[in-house]
Amino acid sequence: MSTTMRELVASHPFTSGMQEGTLELIAGCSTNVVFAPGEMLCAEGASADTFYLLRRGRVSIDVHAPGQGTVIIETAGPGDVVGWSWLVPPYQWTFDARAMDPVGCIAVDGACLRTKALDDPSLGFALLSRVSVTLLSRLQATRMRLLDLYGDQRGH
Amino acid sequence: MTPALHRVTERIRETADVTTLLLEPLEGPLMNYRCGQFNMLSALAVGEVAISLSGAPGESRLRHSIRDVGAVSRSLCRSRVGDLVGVRGPFGSDWQVAHENDGSEADSRDTVVVAGGIGLAPLRGAVEELVKAGQRGAGRVFVLVGAREPSQIVFNDDLESWARRGARVALTVDRATSTWDGRVGLVTSLLGDAGFDPKNARALLCGPEIMMRFTARALVDLGVDPEGILVSLERNMHCGVGWCGHCQLGPFLLCRDGPVVPYAGLVAELLTQRER
Repeated sequence: MSTTMRELVASHPFTSGMQEGTLELIAGCSTNVVFAPGEMLCAEGASADTFYLLRRGRVSIDVHAPGQGTVIIETAGPGDVVGWSWLVPPYQWTFDARAMDPVGCIAVDGACLRTKALDDPSLGFALLSRVSVTLLSRLQATRMRLLDLYGDQRGH
Repeated sequence: MTPALHRVTERIRETADVTTLLLEPLEGPLMNYRCGQFNMLSALAVGEVAISLSGAPGESRLRHSIRDVGAVSRSLCRSRVGDLVGVRGPFGSDWQVAHENDGSEADSRDTVVVAGGIGLAPLRGAVEELVKAGQRGAGRVFVLVGAREPSQIVFNDDLESWARRGARVALTVDRATSTWDGRVGLVTSLLGDAGFDPKNARALLCGPEIMMRFTARALVDLGVDPEGILVSLERNMHCGVGWCGHCQLGPFLLCRDGPVVPYAGLVAELLTQRER
Protein backbone atom coordinates (compact mmCIF):
# COMPACT_ATOMS: atom_id res chain seq x y z
CA MET A 1 0.00 0.00 0.00
CA SER A 2 1.48 3.32 -0.98
CA THR A 3 2.12 5.97 1.63
CA THR A 4 0.10 9.12 1.19
CA MET A 5 1.66 12.58 1.31
CA ARG A 6 -0.29 13.29 4.49
CA GLU A 7 1.28 10.21 6.13
CA LEU A 8 4.75 11.22 4.97
CA VAL A 9 4.31 14.72 6.36
CA ALA A 10 2.87 13.39 9.62
CA SER A 11 5.83 11.05 10.08
CA HIS A 12 8.37 13.89 10.12
CA PRO A 13 9.45 15.28 13.54
CA PHE A 14 8.76 18.83 12.33
CA THR A 15 5.04 18.15 12.31
CA SER A 16 4.91 16.18 15.57
CA GLY A 17 1.74 17.07 17.48
CA MET A 18 0.20 19.11 14.67
CA GLN A 19 -3.55 19.06 14.30
CA GLU A 20 -5.12 17.04 11.53
CA GLY A 21 -6.30 20.06 9.57
CA THR A 22 -2.85 21.63 9.65
CA LEU A 23 -1.25 18.41 8.47
CA GLU A 24 -3.69 18.29 5.56
CA LEU A 25 -2.85 21.86 4.61
CA ILE A 26 0.89 21.20 4.65
CA ALA A 27 0.46 17.94 2.76
CA GLY A 28 -1.48 19.87 0.13
CA CYS A 29 1.58 22.07 -0.44
CA SER A 30 4.11 19.21 -0.42
CA THR A 31 5.80 16.90 -2.87
CA ASN A 32 8.12 13.96 -2.31
CA VAL A 33 11.51 14.62 -3.93
CA VAL A 34 14.93 13.01 -4.20
CA PHE A 35 18.34 14.54 -4.86
CA ALA A 36 21.45 12.78 -6.12
CA PRO A 37 24.76 13.42 -4.34
CA GLY A 38 26.09 16.82 -5.36
CA GLU A 39 22.73 18.11 -6.50
CA MET A 40 21.64 21.47 -5.10
CA LEU A 41 18.48 21.81 -3.03
CA CYS A 42 18.81 25.57 -3.16
CA ALA A 43 21.35 28.16 -4.22
CA GLU A 44 22.40 31.40 -2.57
CA GLY A 45 20.51 34.39 -4.02
CA ALA A 46 17.81 32.30 -5.67
CA SER A 47 14.16 32.76 -4.87
CA ALA A 48 13.25 30.90 -1.65
CA ASP A 49 9.76 29.50 -2.02
CA THR A 50 10.43 26.02 -0.68
CA PHE A 51 11.68 24.32 2.45
CA TYR A 52 12.67 20.72 2.92
CA LEU A 53 11.83 18.13 5.56
CA LEU A 54 14.69 15.64 5.33
CA ARG A 55 13.78 11.99 5.48
CA ARG A 56 17.05 10.32 4.51
CA GLY A 57 20.58 11.31 3.52
CA ARG A 58 22.67 14.30 4.50
CA VAL A 59 22.63 17.83 3.21
CA SER A 60 25.45 20.35 3.51
CA ILE A 61 24.71 24.00 4.11
CA ASP A 62 27.58 25.78 2.45
CA VAL A 63 28.81 29.03 1.04
CA HIS A 64 31.40 29.92 -1.55
CA ALA A 65 34.26 31.89 -0.07
CA PRO A 66 36.78 33.57 -2.38
CA GLY A 67 40.13 31.84 -2.08
CA GLN A 68 38.70 29.02 0.02
CA GLY A 69 36.23 27.42 -2.35
CA THR A 70 33.09 25.92 -0.89
CA VAL A 71 33.00 26.04 2.90
CA ILE A 72 30.57 23.72 4.67
CA ILE A 73 28.98 25.56 7.57
CA GLU A 74 26.74 22.82 8.83
CA THR A 75 25.24 19.52 7.81
CA ALA A 76 21.67 18.42 8.24
CA GLY A 77 20.30 14.90 8.38
CA PRO A 78 17.10 12.88 8.65
CA GLY A 79 14.52 14.65 10.80
CA ASP A 80 16.02 18.08 10.15
CA VAL A 81 14.47 21.01 8.33
CA VAL A 82 16.42 22.82 5.64
CA GLY A 83 15.48 26.38 4.76
CA TRP A 84 13.58 29.18 6.41
CA SER A 85 14.25 32.00 3.95
CA TRP A 86 10.75 31.34 2.57
CA LEU A 87 9.36 32.85 5.79
CA VAL A 88 10.87 36.31 5.68
CA PRO A 89 11.31 38.91 2.92
CA PRO A 90 13.00 39.14 0.52
CA TYR A 91 12.42 35.35 0.25
CA GLN A 92 15.89 34.59 -1.10
CA TRP A 93 18.29 31.82 -0.09
CA THR A 94 21.28 33.06 1.86
CA PHE A 95 23.29 29.83 1.59
CA ASP A 96 23.64 26.88 -0.75
CA ALA A 97 22.26 23.51 0.28
CA ARG A 98 23.71 20.44 -1.42
CA ALA A 99 22.98 16.72 -1.16
CA MET A 100 25.96 14.82 0.27
CA ASP A 101 24.31 11.42 -0.14
CA PRO A 102 21.20 10.28 -2.00
CA VAL A 103 18.66 12.50 -0.24
CA GLY A 104 14.97 11.85 0.17
CA CYS A 105 12.85 14.68 1.47
CA ILE A 106 9.51 16.40 1.42
CA ALA A 107 9.62 19.68 -0.47
CA VAL A 108 7.08 22.05 1.00
CA ASP A 109 5.89 25.00 -1.06
CA GLY A 110 6.52 27.86 1.36
CA ALA A 111 4.86 30.45 -0.88
CA CYS A 112 1.70 28.31 -0.88
CA LEU A 113 1.86 28.00 2.92
CA ARG A 114 2.42 31.74 3.37
CA THR A 115 -0.77 32.41 1.44
CA LYS A 116 -2.72 29.82 3.43
CA ALA A 117 -1.33 31.14 6.73
CA LEU A 118 -2.64 34.63 5.92
CA ASP A 119 -6.16 33.16 5.88
CA ASP A 120 -5.57 30.77 8.77
CA PRO A 121 -3.69 32.27 11.73
CA SER A 122 -3.63 28.90 13.53
CA LEU A 123 -1.64 27.47 10.63
CA GLY A 124 0.73 30.44 10.76
CA PHE A 125 1.18 29.98 14.51
CA ALA A 126 1.77 26.24 14.17
CA LEU A 127 4.40 26.84 11.50
CA LEU A 128 6.14 29.67 13.31
CA SER A 129 6.20 27.75 16.60
CA ARG A 130 7.96 24.84 14.98
CA VAL A 131 10.33 26.90 12.87
CA SER A 132 11.23 28.87 16.01
CA VAL A 133 12.20 25.68 17.82
CA THR A 134 14.45 24.72 14.93
CA LEU A 135 15.90 28.22 14.68
CA LEU A 136 16.56 28.38 18.42
CA SER A 137 18.26 25.02 18.40
CA ARG A 138 20.48 26.04 15.47
CA LEU A 139 21.22 29.42 17.08
CA GLN A 140 22.30 27.76 20.33
CA ALA A 141 24.47 25.30 18.45
CA THR A 142 26.04 28.14 16.47
CA ARG A 143 26.74 30.09 19.67
CA MET A 144 28.39 27.03 21.15
CA ARG A 145 30.56 26.63 18.08
CA LEU A 146 31.53 30.30 18.32
CA LEU A 147 32.94 29.51 21.75
CA ASP A 148 35.53 27.33 20.05
CA LEU A 149 35.14 24.81 22.87
CA TYR A 150 37.86 22.51 21.67
CA GLY A 151 40.27 25.31 20.85
CA ASP A 152 43.48 26.27 22.61
CA GLN A 153 43.18 25.86 26.35
CA ARG A 154 45.79 26.87 28.84
CA GLY A 155 46.64 24.56 31.66
CA HIS A 156 49.47 22.67 33.28
CA MET B 1 51.99 9.72 47.68
CA THR B 2 55.49 9.23 46.31
CA PRO B 3 55.61 9.02 42.54
CA ALA B 4 56.71 5.67 41.16
CA LEU B 5 59.12 5.98 38.31
CA HIS B 6 57.91 4.62 34.99
CA ARG B 7 59.76 4.38 31.71
CA VAL B 8 58.29 5.57 28.42
CA THR B 9 58.33 2.51 26.20
CA GLU B 10 56.34 3.92 23.30
CA ARG B 11 55.22 7.31 22.13
CA ILE B 12 52.35 7.84 19.69
CA ARG B 13 51.66 11.18 18.05
CA GLU B 14 47.85 11.29 17.92
CA THR B 15 47.42 14.84 16.56
CA ALA B 16 49.53 17.98 16.36
CA ASP B 17 49.09 18.61 20.08
CA VAL B 18 48.09 15.23 21.54
CA THR B 19 50.64 12.53 22.34
CA THR B 20 50.05 9.11 23.88
CA LEU B 21 52.71 7.70 26.19
CA LEU B 22 52.90 4.01 27.06
CA LEU B 23 54.61 3.48 30.39
CA GLU B 24 56.08 0.56 32.29
CA PRO B 25 57.03 0.67 35.98
CA LEU B 26 60.74 0.51 36.75
CA GLU B 27 59.93 -1.70 39.74
CA GLY B 28 57.02 -3.85 40.77
CA PRO B 29 53.83 -4.80 38.95
CA LEU B 30 51.68 -2.55 36.83
CA MET B 31 49.04 -0.72 38.88
CA ASN B 32 45.41 -1.89 38.85
CA TYR B 33 42.96 0.76 37.74
CA ARG B 34 39.45 1.26 36.43
CA CYS B 35 38.39 3.12 33.29
CA GLY B 36 37.87 6.80 33.98
CA GLN B 37 40.43 7.13 36.77
CA PHE B 38 43.45 9.38 36.52
CA ASN B 39 47.10 9.49 37.57
CA MET B 40 49.25 12.40 38.63
CA LEU B 41 52.07 12.36 36.11
CA SER B 42 55.27 14.23 36.79
CA ALA B 43 57.68 15.48 34.24
CA LEU B 44 60.87 15.36 36.25
CA ALA B 45 62.10 18.78 37.37
CA VAL B 46 59.14 20.48 35.67
CA GLY B 47 56.00 19.61 37.62
CA GLU B 48 53.03 17.34 38.09
CA VAL B 49 49.68 17.21 36.32
CA ALA B 50 46.52 15.09 36.44
CA ILE B 51 46.09 12.96 33.32
CA SER B 52 43.35 10.39 32.79
CA LEU B 53 44.24 6.84 31.91
CA SER B 54 43.31 6.20 28.29
CA GLY B 55 43.92 2.47 28.37
CA ALA B 56 41.81 -0.40 29.59
CA PRO B 57 42.60 -2.67 32.53
CA GLY B 58 44.41 -5.72 31.29
CA GLU B 59 46.72 -3.85 28.96
CA SER B 60 50.36 -4.59 29.63
CA ARG B 61 51.37 -0.93 29.96
CA LEU B 62 49.88 2.27 31.32
CA ARG B 63 48.47 4.45 28.58
CA HIS B 64 48.11 8.20 28.93
CA SER B 65 47.06 10.55 26.14
CA ILE B 66 48.22 14.07 26.86
CA ARG B 67 47.33 17.36 25.24
CA ASP B 68 50.05 19.98 25.19
CA VAL B 69 48.45 22.92 27.00
CA GLY B 70 51.16 24.08 29.42
CA ALA B 71 54.68 23.60 30.70
CA VAL B 72 54.19 20.19 32.35
CA SER B 73 52.01 18.66 29.66
CA ARG B 74 54.36 19.98 26.98
CA SER B 75 57.31 18.38 28.70
CA LEU B 76 55.41 15.08 28.98
CA CYS B 77 54.37 15.26 25.33
CA ARG B 78 58.00 15.73 24.35
CA SER B 79 59.16 12.69 26.35
CA ARG B 80 61.17 10.23 24.33
CA VAL B 81 61.21 6.47 24.52
CA GLY B 82 63.43 5.58 27.48
CA ASP B 83 62.69 8.74 29.45
CA LEU B 84 61.40 8.48 33.00
CA VAL B 85 58.05 9.80 34.19
CA GLY B 86 56.75 9.91 37.76
CA VAL B 87 53.33 8.32 38.36
CA ARG B 88 51.05 8.63 41.40
CA GLY B 89 47.69 6.94 41.37
CA PRO B 90 45.28 5.72 40.28
CA PHE B 91 42.88 8.26 41.74
CA GLY B 92 39.19 9.01 41.62
CA SER B 93 35.98 7.42 40.45
CA ASP B 94 35.36 5.50 37.26
CA TRP B 95 32.82 5.04 34.45
CA GLN B 96 31.22 2.01 36.14
CA VAL B 97 31.87 -0.15 33.13
CA ALA B 98 32.22 -3.89 33.64
CA HIS B 99 35.65 -5.23 32.77
CA GLU B 100 36.13 -8.36 30.76
CA ASN B 101 37.66 -10.42 33.56
CA ASP B 102 36.28 -8.89 36.74
CA GLY B 103 33.22 -11.13 36.91
CA SER B 104 30.75 -8.25 36.97
CA GLU B 105 27.71 -8.31 34.74
CA ALA B 106 27.78 -6.07 31.68
CA ASP B 107 24.99 -3.51 31.30
CA SER B 108 22.23 -4.54 28.95
CA ARG B 109 21.18 -0.96 28.23
CA ASP B 110 22.36 1.08 25.26
CA THR B 111 25.42 3.08 26.23
CA VAL B 112 25.82 6.44 24.56
CA VAL B 113 29.38 7.72 24.76
CA VAL B 114 29.73 11.38 23.85
CA ALA B 115 33.19 12.88 23.65
CA GLY B 116 34.46 16.28 22.68
CA GLY B 117 38.05 16.73 21.51
CA ILE B 118 40.59 15.15 23.85
CA GLY B 119 37.61 14.10 26.00
CA LEU B 120 37.71 10.80 24.14
CA ALA B 121 40.93 9.90 25.99
CA PRO B 122 39.37 9.22 29.42
CA LEU B 123 36.61 7.28 27.65
CA ARG B 124 38.82 5.19 25.38
CA GLY B 125 39.31 2.30 27.80
CA ALA B 126 35.63 2.26 28.73
CA VAL B 127 34.58 2.12 25.08
CA GLU B 128 36.97 -0.75 24.48
CA GLU B 129 35.39 -2.67 27.37
CA LEU B 130 31.87 -1.79 26.21
CA VAL B 131 32.59 -2.93 22.67
CA LYS B 132 33.96 -6.24 23.96
CA ALA B 133 30.89 -6.64 26.18
CA GLY B 134 28.66 -5.80 23.21
CA GLN B 135 30.26 -8.61 21.23
CA ARG B 136 29.36 -10.92 24.12
CA GLY B 137 25.71 -9.84 23.92
CA ALA B 138 25.56 -6.85 26.26
CA GLY B 139 23.92 -3.53 25.32
CA ARG B 140 24.63 -1.60 22.14
CA VAL B 141 27.37 1.02 22.09
CA PHE B 142 27.06 4.43 20.44
CA VAL B 143 30.21 6.55 20.17
CA LEU B 144 29.54 10.16 19.22
CA VAL B 145 32.56 12.38 18.80
CA GLY B 146 32.89 16.10 18.19
CA ALA B 147 36.11 17.91 17.35
CA ARG B 148 37.13 21.36 16.25
CA GLU B 149 38.37 20.13 12.88
CA PRO B 150 39.11 16.77 11.25
CA SER B 151 42.83 16.86 12.08
CA GLN B 152 41.98 17.02 15.79
CA ILE B 153 40.02 13.79 15.93
CA VAL B 154 42.00 11.42 18.14
CA PHE B 155 42.19 7.61 18.06
CA ASN B 156 41.07 7.23 14.45
CA ASP B 157 42.25 3.61 14.39
CA ASP B 158 40.23 2.84 17.51
CA LEU B 159 37.14 4.52 16.09
CA GLU B 160 37.39 2.32 12.98
CA SER B 161 38.02 -0.76 15.08
CA TRP B 162 35.02 -0.07 17.35
CA ALA B 163 32.80 0.44 14.29
CA ARG B 164 34.03 -2.83 12.77
CA ARG B 165 33.18 -4.60 16.02
CA GLY B 166 29.60 -3.37 16.16
CA ALA B 167 29.68 0.06 17.80
CA ARG B 168 27.75 2.82 16.05
CA VAL B 169 30.34 5.54 15.56
CA ALA B 170 29.47 9.06 14.40
CA LEU B 171 31.76 12.04 14.08
CA THR B 172 31.19 15.73 13.59
CA VAL B 173 33.48 18.73 13.37
CA ASP B 174 32.96 22.43 14.03
CA ARG B 175 35.01 23.46 11.01
CA ALA B 176 35.13 21.37 7.88
CA THR B 177 38.10 21.17 5.55
CA SER B 178 37.90 20.64 1.81
CA THR B 179 38.55 16.90 2.20
CA TRP B 180 36.03 16.31 5.00
CA ASP B 181 32.83 14.66 3.78
CA GLY B 182 31.38 13.94 7.21
CA ARG B 183 29.07 15.93 9.41
CA VAL B 184 29.59 19.53 10.42
CA GLY B 185 27.99 20.87 13.57
CA LEU B 186 27.84 20.52 17.30
CA VAL B 187 28.18 17.07 18.83
CA THR B 188 24.58 17.34 20.09
CA SER B 189 23.47 17.22 16.44
CA LEU B 190 24.53 13.57 16.40
CA LEU B 191 22.12 12.56 19.14
CA GLY B 192 18.81 12.76 17.28
CA ASP B 193 19.42 10.10 14.65
CA ALA B 194 22.07 8.04 16.48
CA GLY B 195 19.58 5.23 16.90
CA PHE B 196 19.75 4.49 20.64
CA ASP B 197 16.67 3.85 22.75
CA PRO B 198 16.44 6.84 25.14
CA LYS B 199 14.21 4.94 27.53
CA ASN B 200 16.77 2.20 27.89
CA ALA B 201 20.04 4.08 27.70
CA ARG B 202 22.78 5.45 29.87
CA ALA B 203 25.36 8.00 28.79
CA LEU B 204 29.02 8.70 29.48
CA LEU B 205 30.12 12.25 28.64
CA CYS B 206 33.56 13.79 28.56
CA GLY B 207 34.73 17.00 26.97
CA PRO B 208 34.56 20.74 27.60
CA GLU B 209 32.18 21.37 30.48
CA ILE B 210 29.79 23.49 28.42
CA MET B 211 29.58 20.73 25.85
CA MET B 212 28.74 18.17 28.53
CA ARG B 213 26.10 20.46 30.03
CA PHE B 214 24.32 20.95 26.72
CA THR B 215 24.70 17.31 25.76
CA ALA B 216 23.25 16.16 29.08
CA ARG B 217 20.29 18.48 28.65
CA ALA B 218 19.73 17.27 25.09
CA LEU B 219 19.83 13.65 26.27
CA VAL B 220 17.30 14.38 29.01
CA ASP B 221 15.09 16.13 26.44
CA LEU B 222 15.23 12.99 24.32
CA GLY B 223 14.05 10.94 27.29
CA VAL B 224 17.27 9.59 28.83
CA ASP B 225 17.04 9.23 32.62
CA PRO B 226 19.32 11.91 34.19
CA GLU B 227 20.36 9.32 36.77
CA GLY B 228 21.93 7.32 33.96
CA ILE B 229 24.17 10.14 32.76
CA LEU B 230 27.77 10.31 33.98
CA VAL B 231 30.11 13.23 33.32
CA SER B 232 33.84 13.56 33.86
CA LEU B 233 34.77 16.84 35.55
CA GLU B 234 38.14 18.36 35.98
CA ARG B 235 39.37 21.00 38.36
CA ASN B 236 42.80 21.87 39.61
CA MET B 237 43.84 18.42 40.88
CA HIS B 238 46.88 18.49 43.14
CA CYS B 239 47.08 15.92 45.91
CA GLY B 240 44.79 13.32 44.33
CA VAL B 241 43.36 12.16 47.65
CA GLY B 242 41.05 14.96 48.77
CA TRP B 243 43.40 16.65 51.22
CA CYS B 244 44.41 19.91 49.62
CA GLY B 245 41.01 21.13 48.44
CA HIS B 246 42.23 22.63 45.16
CA CYS B 247 39.71 20.64 43.17
CA GLN B 248 36.63 21.52 45.17
CA LEU B 249 33.31 21.86 43.35
CA GLY B 250 30.55 22.56 45.85
CA PRO B 251 30.63 19.67 48.32
CA PHE B 252 32.76 17.53 46.00
CA LEU B 253 36.51 17.12 45.98
CA LEU B 254 36.81 16.00 42.40
CA CYS B 255 40.11 14.15 42.76
CA ARG B 256 38.43 11.88 45.28
CA ASP B 257 34.67 12.09 44.55
CA GLY B 258 35.22 12.52 40.80
CA PRO B 259 36.32 12.89 38.15
CA VAL B 260 33.35 10.76 37.06
CA VAL B 261 30.15 11.92 38.75
CA PRO B 262 26.43 11.48 38.07
CA TYR B 263 24.97 14.42 36.19
CA ALA B 264 21.62 14.33 37.96
CA GLY B 265 20.80 16.60 40.86
CA LEU B 266 23.50 18.68 42.46
CA VAL B 267 26.08 18.36 39.71
CA ALA B 268 23.66 19.65 37.07
CA GLU B 269 23.01 22.61 39.34
CA LEU B 270 26.68 23.26 40.14
CA LEU B 271 27.64 23.24 36.48
CA THR B 272 25.51 26.31 35.87
CA GLN B 273 26.98 28.31 38.77
CA ARG B 274 29.80 30.77 38.46
CA GLU B 275 33.05 29.91 40.18
CA ARG B 276 34.07 32.26 42.98
